[in-house]
Amino acid sequence: MSEAFLDVRDLRVQFPTEDGVVSAVDGVDFSVEKGKTLAIVGESGSGKSVTAQAIMGLINRKSAKMTGEVYLDGEELVGARPEQVRSLRGKRMAMIFQDPLSSLHPFYTIGKQLAEAVLVHQKVSKQEALGQARDMLARVGIPNPERRIKDYPHNLSGGMRQRVMIAMALLNSPEMLIADEPTTALDVTVQAQIIELLNDLQSEFGTAIVLITHDLGVVADMADDVVVMYGGRVVERGAVEDIYYRPEMPYTWGLLGSVPRMDTDRGERLEPIPGQPPSLIRLPTGCVFRPRCPYHELVPGNRCDTDRPALDAVTPEHSVRCHLEPAQRREIASERLAARGGDVLGGGAGGDGLGATRTATATMAAPVQTEQATTTTPPTPVPADQPTQEDQQ
Amino acid sequence: MGAYIVRRLVAMVLMLIALSMIVFLIFNALPADPARLTCGKSCSPQIIEANRHRLGLDKPLVNQYSEFVTGIFVGRTYGSGTATFDCHVPCLGYSFRRGEQVTDLLWNRFPVTGQLALGGFILWIVAGVSSGIVAALRRGKWQDRAIMGFSLIGYSFPSFFIGLLLVFFIQIKWALIGFDGYVPLYEDPVGWFKGFILPWTSLALISAAFYARLTRNQMLETLGEDYIRTARSKGLRERTVIGKHALRAGLTPIVTAAGLDLATLLGGAVITERIFNLNGIGNLAIGSVLDSDLPVITGTVLLAATFVIVANLVVDILYAVIDPRVRLT
Repeated sequence: MSEAFLDVRDLRVQFPTEDGVVSAVDGVDFSVEKGKTLAIVGESGSGKSVTAQAIMGLINRKSAKMTGEVYLDGEELVGARPEQVRSLRGKRMAMIFQDPLSSLHPFYTIGKQLAEAVLVHQKVSKQEALGQARDMLARVGIPNPERRIKDYPHNLSGGMRQRVMIAMALLNSPEMLIADEPTTALDVTVQAQIIELLNDLQSEFGTAIVLITHDLGVVADMADDVVVMYGGRVVERGAVEDIYYRPEMPYTWGLLGSVPRMDTDRGERLEPIPGQPPSLIRLPTGCVFRPRCPYHELVPGNRCDTDRPALDAVTPEHSVRCHLEPAQRREIASERLAARGGDVLGGGAGGDGLGATRTATATMAAPVQTEQATTTTPPTPVPADQPTQEDQQ
Repeated sequence: MGAYIVRRLVAMVLMLIALSMIVFLIFNALPADPARLTCGKSCSPQIIEANRHRLGLDKPLVNQYSEFVTGIFVGRTYGSGTATFDCHVPCLGYSFRRGEQVTDLLWNRFPVTGQLALGGFILWIVAGVSSGIVAALRRGKWQDRAIMGFSLIGYSFPSFFIGLLLVFFIQIKWALIGFDGYVPLYEDPVGWFKGFILPWTSLALISAAFYARLTRNQMLETLGEDYIRTARSKGLRERTVIGKHALRAGLTPIVTAAGLDLATLLGGAVITERIFNLNGIGNLAIGSVLDSDLPVITGTVLLAATFVIVANLVVDILYAVIDPRVRLT
């Protein structure tokens, strides 16, 4: 824990509203080491994105209350002056956003938006900043970067825009990168390319990555550790293998059970988690997941309604927030695993499910890339040689 | 782009032609007889008829109109024999009432209106946009409330009321500024400024209120955009985030409104010119309407219309300059 590059302790973010205080993030702890990837998974409204923005100092402190500690390489950020956090943003920590079209300024060229990020943090000339922007675009696999820096975001395809966002985040070689649903807005083939790109860049730069997603396939492809969030709290935390093979929290079981798989019968139905995510204004007094949990009756004495479960360690790396007895949890988990044909996520009968997903994505990505190398293909709607700006008379 | 501008200019000429026809028709539908107005109290029907003939008012309306159009491009001569008036190109008509050619009248009056409009415009844009930005950044704080409250007051007062208040307090009661009126800038810069400061202020107060509200709303909207968050995540200074990213994105409606407002004003600030006794286009227009002076009315209407149409074109071009997604086709 001591060498963790990013260390988040008891982070809380509260937004006062007319209806009451919204506790978007309610005591979140986790840490990430350099070169490692931590995935934060959970439904919409579970507090994933707010956590990310809180770490980056992007929460408006006038409209939200933020407590707890965030250490970036030992430097505390929650209590730091905004100016100090600003100087770290984009330099030591950077963020990739979900929707690249709305996240890029529509009125400025790609080159200008990238160079701007260089110029704030480095004392270089505009020309040099543009040069760095160009090099980084080439690095993230954008063909013809010389032309692209003169383009506007609307001239690019979705995948290209996300690459631009990644390039923008990587410009000052940040040591920590937060990717907030980096592949959600993209189609599957492009998703695979982006994931591969992030993995490559991580092994090259040794970046610590916080990956926020609800796509468990992406998690299997990228993450070392996983934090499962529900109702603004961490409900389970562990290595990716723990979460996929030995999940202990009913919510995690539900998440894994609702992933569609290629190898199951069409007739077999997905198991959605019943009910709605909780309103963050009046959270249940006991366990936040209690209203949707099919197993709460197994806990004696209504403790799920009255006591908030603590985040208990199962193993030193694996913690879970649940009142069920460990033996009960293991039993239910193995039943559910068996029902899903050997492992929770899927892959092969009884086989290495995690590995299978990884290869599945890899093989899916491979043909796309070979195709791209030979011909101009549909996955990249804007071919490099197409004039994108109307010639001005 | 070039083709677009040419097309718009052609459309503009067509609109001006249509407009001049409408003005002609409306005027002829009015009961006032321009020939009767050419001579004073002791006027015999013979003289009226003679003048009517001299002005070409006895001809069919179509001929009158074609003569008017010819006059613009080649000039025209009124009357016949020894008593003739030459009206040189571009001839928008001749005001017998004022004994001057319409274009000369407009030409002489325009500087006053132009300076009034431009000065007021600069004042209100600067005041309105900057206070709008401040209000947006201090949303809900006392600065926001003060600016919005003040702008609501400014917005709800009619311009003649604010103008009269300024005249009453500053010129009459406290006598801070005299009644010297318009002095050309090159003759006496201080006097020029004194002559214009009140009319500028009265124009600016009302419009600044509108622009403060518009800017505030625009800023609040763009400050919530994803790309503003991106700009912050790059570590840009707040000043850059607001000045460069948010303001630029919120600028389009402000530019539209500003362009059209300036154009309207250049066509004559009727009330302000009247209150502060500035002899500009607005005063000319009012006078000519009261006098039923057709050529002058036509002239001022066409001038005002030209400004508005040109401003529309300029605004559309600026749109494309500000927002690269806009293609002019």
